[in-house]
Amino acid sequence: MRQRMGALHWTGFAVILVWCLLPVAWIVSLSFKSLNETTVGSPQFLPKDPTWANYKVLLNWNDPAGHDFMRALINSFGIAIIATFLSVIFATLAAYAIARLEFRGKRLVLSMALAIAMFPVVSLVGPLFDMWRTFHLFNTWPGLIIPYMTFTLPLAIWTLAAFFREIPWEMEQAAQVDGATSWQAFRKVIVPLAAPGVFTAAILTFFFAWNEFVLAISLTSTTGSRTVPAQMSFFVGPDPFNPPYTQLATASVIVTIPVIVIVLLFQRRIVAGLTSGAVKG
Amino acid sequence: MASITMKNIVKQYGDGFPAVNDVTIDVADGEFMILVGPSGCGKSTLLRMIVGLEDITSGDMLIGDKRVNDLAPRDRKLAMVFQNYALYPHLSVYENIAFPLRLAGAPDKEVDEKVRAAAETLELNEHLERKPANLSGGQRQRVAMGRAIVRDADAFLFDEPLSNLDAKLRGQMRTEISRLQKRLGITTVYVTHDQIEAMTLGHRVAVLKRGILQQLATPRELYDNPANLFVAGFIGSPPMNFMPATVEGTTLKLPFGEVEIPAEKARKAAGKGLLIAGVRPESFAEAGAANARDVSEANTFEATIDVVEWLGNETYAYVPFEAPPEVQRQLEQLEQELDGETVRTQLVITLDGGSAVQAGDRIKIWMDAAKVHLFDPATSENLTVDLEQAGRIPALHDAMPAAADG
Repeated sequence: MRQRMGALHWTGFAVILVWCLLPVAWIVSLSFKSLNETTVGSPQFLPKDPTWANYKVLLNWNDPAGHDFMRALINSFGIAIIATFLSVIFATLAAYAIARLEFRGKRLVLSMALAIAMFPVVSLVGPLFDMWRTFHLFNTWPGLIIPYMTFTLPLAIWTLAAFFREIPWEMEQAAQVDGATSWQAFRKVIVPLAAPGVFTAAILTFFFAWNEFVLAISLTSTTGSRTVPAQMSFFVGPDPFNPPYTQLATASVIVTIPVIVIVLLFQRRIVAGLTSGAVKG
Repeated sequence: MASITMKNIVKQYGDGFPAVNDVTIDVADGEFMILVGPSGCGKSTLLRMIVGLEDITSGDMLIGDKRVNDLAPRDRKLAMVFQNYALYPHLSVYENIAFPLRLAGAPDKEVDEKVRAAAETLELNEHLERKPANLSGGQRQRVAMGRAIVRDADAFLFDEPLSNLDAKLRGQMRTEISRLQKRLGITTVYVTHDQIEAMTLGHRVAVLKRGILQQLATPRELYDNPANLFVAGFIGSPPMNFMPATVEGTTLKLPFGEVEIPAEKARKAAGKGLLIAGVRPESFAEAGAANARDVSEANTFEATIDVVEWLGNETYAYVPFEAPPEVQRQLEQLEQELDGETVRTQLVITLDGGSAVQAGDRIKIWMDAAKVHLFDPATSENLTVDLEQAGRIPALHDAMPAAADG
């Protein structure tokens, strides 16, 4: 009985794994094919003649396509990192206040934050486009960083507030009696204890900013601030009927790498962060 | 080193409920003061007001000669041990103990010296590099104390430090705290709900009930001269027996029989009608047993033993009795105040461990009538208290000048 359950288990596991990873494998495989191979029709799964050519083009600063992609990559990193950094700092301070202080309108702040997080991004594109043009924020880094923070702050605040609530009051009080100012108690005791929460919030924010497409395509007009997901929609190539699939696949692989690296590096912390907010212990 | 003086301290919460009401306590330099009472009596609130974690609604808090009402906790130079230890889980034992020194910006060499000295005192040397999560309850407790003793604090504050430990460890740590306090000679305020800790540790004990100070006295004074029913019932284990009584001349009528009490006590209780007599379990003895000094027939009575609990060194014998509703009500209320359950009215008698008494036996019991206390059922005050030997009883001492003014 146990054996059969084990077999079923593994079969199910394999099915899900194939279902999820096959597209990824296909993209990786595509990225190693030459452009000719894809245009001849009915391409096989594995590349006939594996080549680094696509990577060489995209990571070449002097190639026009590569130049644009590299610029987009820099934009993506810059915007995602700045948005994450600011978002985590603000969220930490806000969440601490929500967890520790009694103030009027606390519930309002929390429910407003949740409402904002649930707001469909598309509905804001029009108004933001007009506003950003007026404020000269259109096609700038801050023009993307600000809306990204707006959408990631609520989630970060909720995650961190759950963490702060679980840290016993006595920790801080002990620190204060030991001679710490409120700020020292916060920095030396509370923040280190909430580190898994801070990591979780940071990673969630980073992924959102890294993957976001709708705002990135609508609020930018040049490679001066366009991020990779938006830039990829401009990979049309010279022939409109034959888009450069191999280059698109290569770009996809390249933008996925940082995400995979981050997940592998912080895997444990993310799991701890995602679960320990919910379950006491 | 400093004294701590609390003058008419009041703590009112938002809903107007006074958690601490007009409490005046003076803790002398180097004294070990215990704040004791059942849960909700305001003892922890009072301690937190001393350390500055709780605002003071009115009254003066003095450390040394300095009024500290408005000082932040870090400016009061006090060290505190919390009930759940409040160790910093992300720091090693060494860094936990060093934390106050690091905050004060002490040089590494001094930090190292002091931490190692404290670890030596508390026998934590082998654990310095470990994290608090890997320590046992007793070790965590010692780390918390280490964090208190590395700094040159003016006073130590303990908030029920032993309540999370098991019984055996609690006994050991109690002795350890007592030894440490004697060695360092530092002013200490210790909050507990455990009357054994209160009796064994403190130079003086402040008994609180619902935010009001009931009596401030040495353990012996509390035991021999409780101010009222509450203090009498709280101090001592098994607790004092309470039973209905009336006084006629020097004869005290109890449910079991009559005993002769000293004339002085009889005079204080004269003309009060129905009273509550309080007698400690060890004031009884089996007639004829070694510890019954006076075997004259006058102070003996016969009773049927309901239950016997043999503890080895001594035996508790239980004798149920009926109480009139007036006394019954008062005793029920008292039980509630003491966090207890209302149980049947019964007499607990401590007999010698060698006693052969069995449940159901009818035996002759002798009572030490000189040690009886008589309480007024209406006010619950101890009518026979010896004011010279009872420390300070705010209800009596503080009321007198006010009455004189009126």
